Amino acid sequence: MTAVTISLPEQIANLRRIAPEIVLCIFGMIVMIVDPFVKPASRRALGWLAFAGTLVALASVHVAAAEMGFAYSRLISTDNFSIFVHVIVIVAAGLAILGSIDYLDREGIQRGEYYALVLFATAGMGILAGANELITAFIGLEMSSISSYILCGFRRKAKESNEAAMKYFLLGSFATAFFLYGIAMIYGSTGTTFIDAAKAELERQLAANGHFPALAILGLGLIFVGLGFKVVAAPFQVYAPDVYEGAPSPVTALLASAPKAATFALMIRIFYVSFHSAGDIWFWVIWISAVLTMFIGNLGALVQTNVKRMLAYSSIAHAGYILVAFAASTELGIAAVLFYLAAYVLMKVGAFLVVTHVGQEGEKRLNLQDYAGLGMKQPALAACFSLFLLALLGLPATGGFLGKFFAFQGALDSARAHGGWVVALVIIAAVNSVIGAYYYVRVIVAMYFWPQSSDYTPTRVAPALVVALFIAAIGTLYLGIVPGRVHSLAESAAHSLPLQSAGSNGPSNAIVIAPPQNAR
Amino acid sequence: MHAQASYLLTVVTFLPLFSVAALLVLRSDDHVWIRRIAFAASVGEFAVSLLLLRGFDSTDASYQFQEFYNWIGPSIHYHMGIDGISLFLVLLTTFLTPLAILCSWKSIQHNVKGFFISLLVIETAMIGVFVSLDLFLFFVFWEITLVPMYFLIGIWGHERRIYAAVKFILYTMFGSILMLVAILWLYHLTGTFDLPVIENILANSAPLSPTVELVLFGAFFLAFAIKVPLFPLHTWLPDAHTDAPTAGSVILAGVMLKLGTYGMLRFCLPLFPAAAHKLAPMIGVLAIIGIVYGALVATVQHDLKRLVAYTSVSHLGFVVLGIFAFNAVAMQGAIYQMLNHGVSTGALFIVVGMLYDRRHTHEISEFGGLATPMPVLMALFIFIALSSLALPPLNGFIGEFLILIGTFATHHAWASWAASGAVLSAIYLLWAYQRVALGEVTVEKNRALPDASGRERFILGTLAVVILFMGIASPYFTRPMEPAADALLQQMNNQLQRPQNAMRRGVPVKIGPHAVVLPAALAERQARP
Repeated sequence: MTAVTISLPEQIANLRRIAPEIVLCIFGMIVMIVDPFVKPASRRALGWLAFAGTLVALASVHVAAAEMGFAYSRLISTDNFSIFVHVIVIVAAGLAILGSIDYLDREGIQRGEYYALVLFATAGMGILAGANELITAFIGLEMSSISSYILCGFRRKAKESNEAAMKYFLLGSFATAFFLYGIAMIYGSTGTTFIDAAKAELERQLAANGHFPALAILGLGLIFVGLGFKVVAAPFQVYAPDVYEGAPSPVTALLASAPKAATFALMIRIFYVSFHSAGDIWFWVIWISAVLTMFIGNLGALVQTNVKRMLAYSSIAHAGYILVAFAASTELGIAAVLFYLAAYVLMKVGAFLVVTHVGQEGEKRLNLQDYAGLGMKQPALAACFSLFLLALLGLPATGGFLGKFFAFQGALDSARAHGGWVVALVIIAAVNSVIGAYYYVRVIVAMYFWPQSSDYTPTRVAPALVVALFIAAIGTLYLGIVPGRVHSLAESAAHSLPLQSAGSNGPSNAIVIAPPQNAR
Repeated sequence: MHAQASYLLTVVTFLPLFSVAALLVLRSDDHVWIRRIAFAASVGEFAVSLLLLRGFDSTDASYQFQEFYNWIGPSIHYHMGIDGISLFLVLLTTFLTPLAILCSWKSIQHNVKGFFISLLVIETAMIGVFVSLDLFLFFVFWEITLVPMYFLIGIWGHERRIYAAVKFILYTMFGSILMLVAILWLYHLTGTFDLPVIENILANSAPLSPTVELVLFGAFFLAFAIKVPLFPLHTWLPDAHTDAPTAGSVILAGVMLKLGTYGMLRFCLPLFPAAAHKLAPMIGVLAIIGIVYGALVATVQHDLKRLVAYTSVSHLGFVVLGIFAFNAVAMQGAIYQMLNHGVSTGALFIVVGMLYDRRHTHEISEFGGLATPMPVLMALFIFIALSSLALPPLNGFIGEFLILIGTFATHHAWASWAASGAVLSAIYLLWAYQRVALGEVTVEKNRALPDASGRERFILGTLAVVILFMGIASPYFTRPMEPAADALLQQMNNQLQRPQNAMRRGVPVKIGPHAVVLPAALAERQARP
């Protein structure tokens, strides 16, 4: 292959398009370099440094947004879609970092690499969100996964934390292997690993042969196994309760939210763009998975008395609701998924951060009983938690409701294409959200209606955590009361994806120019 | 349109929420001022809501005081408006809330701030339900009513409050989530959430297929029937009432149950007239079962509060019957009975609450001969009980009479069965009164019970005056309802006379001043010489 010379302005544009990742990685490295020179007592300053990193990254999203387009030979696509997911992921990471600072002090594991790993994981998720090429996506996936394996086991002395890390690592490696295998098959049948080029090639083959290449479908299936694992879609959810319960709570907050958003973004690119014309085939995969995910998540959560584990199951259930919107296979569906993710990240991170605080030293107070009377002891904290729980439940005036609302709306809107099955899916989702009501409400019952348990003495909520909870709560209410702006951003994000057929019209004509990877 | 008053509904709806903000800044142990401010705010809210009455044109059947702004995207609007059906329900809400606050003056002693905040939030949410003309907006308010009520029952309730609160919220949430799917389905079909626009589209340009209409009607109706509650979906109600604090019961029985019947009037009938007609016989029968069953079960209760709770099942059966009789007279009666029930049953719950404050029990056997130690309270009790059992000329009579006479015009059998409910109500209420108030004092410590205090006299006296006023000046209330009720029936008729519905259509005839729709068979019989 001949060396490609890239002009300086083009270089700069490329850098600008991945500005958030650059910022996150630089801050991660600074944290690691500074770490040895900081006295153990003042290591918490590194947390603030990392938080500043997420703020700068958030600002640098603007830089990227001003320079839309493909970066580095089309490996990365900086479009509205990628920008939207970047914001979600970075906000989640920032909140998780805020929640970690005092947590790590409390647990006696205040170390710089923790924050560095969070930043690297976030950078990986950013790559996932923008990847236009499957190997690049794989790199992003590995960056985020490997960092999170380590983060899961960060409470080295706690048995359950080690178990979580081990489980997550072993199963996660399997999942990424499946993903890689899927890439290989898609490459085998289309001769490209570019997401948009694969679309054109698949459509060409469909038009030529009248059917989809079986190898590509098999590849899609394997990719669904790999990514379904990351978004905890059934039947690949088995690890989630143990891992989420065992991981340090702020890590769980991050794990349950940001990777889900980033991985869903990649799934949308692969399913909606590459395999757009196979929508009738993968609709059923998503349909079945959505139903299973919702029931397993909700029924599992129903019987938990450990609040952290209950929230872990609830995040499975929420993956199911997102899959309902995903099944729509329309632009409206993408917008619904994105909006849901935005709302979900805020309320889920918020909920896990409350668990972080109430857990107290050693994360011993995770049971429902420990929440008894919290409403009287720490009214503000309990009110925040109630808000997050009600949002997860889907009560109007919270982001959770509008997430569900748009999801159901998006799914129903595709009824013309998918017929009654998608209506059935929405009804199943609706019934599930009532099942969900029971266990969310039960925590509120404990906080407000149960007599105060005597052996729990509330500790002061640290300022960093207050800020994090405040942001999450305000965001949840904002998305619930004036969701218009975010939803229209989600719509334009959805619109920025090249869904239409390459031949028919418009924006994805550029695919033709894509360098054929297997030119011989 | 009445553009000059275009902010009034927003003000009326959200004023209680602003007073919540005022309450939030108070110290939580400053009980006196929390109560005072909550009461003052709710009285102010009532005064403001009276402005609606002044500006309301009672000859106009269309929505008044409309407000219309874009909210979310192109299809979800902030659309509010009231007509003759919702006008008095709003006033009922603003009227009962100060009384509910006043009757909790002494009985709520812990977490006082949270209690009054809950009451005021619930007021905003309920008014919001009554004034929303956008299905999305309506649903938001509809769901928000649940949470404060859940806290009211769960925190300040009696023995089995947790069970009652959870049952309450799960029951009602199940109904409403299916309604949400139906709302989204309607949006999918019509492209809007705006109620008048949807009505128009369904009536003219894109009528629903009978199956879809039936399914959508079912989803809406289920949500409302649970709320009403219609037999056999009523089982959450006795539990919720028995264990709710007095103010919770007053709001629950006084206003919240009406959200269900209001929903039927506002959504089920105009949107799905053919389905409503098709299912009306079944619904009518359920309503009658509710009337008789509620009355019979109330008769045998030994718990006074549970007894009053079951009377709601019976009385709301009347309202549903009046709505589904499809007849202008019965419909007006139903709307009027919604108000009467709110006032009378609210008052009954307040009386029960006053007895509870004194004795901390609801057991009838713990009372007996109470007229001796507290003549004033018991006199007010019997007055309220009489209004609830529909004694002329008190308010209950007007409502039930209109419902029965209207129903009789279309369904002889329904009216006859329902009338038995009126008789039964006399039995259970008078018998309960007799056991509580008359005869010798049976429990010794009841002898020393204090009679009604000034505050209690004020509450019950106000309610008694309103009861009497609503009884003798009923045209004042029914006149604004008439155009709305007529227009609703007219609209349903027009739709039923579309060709595909010709088989089911009824024939409108005039009986007195009111247009009455007779089923085809009956009309034929009348037309015969």
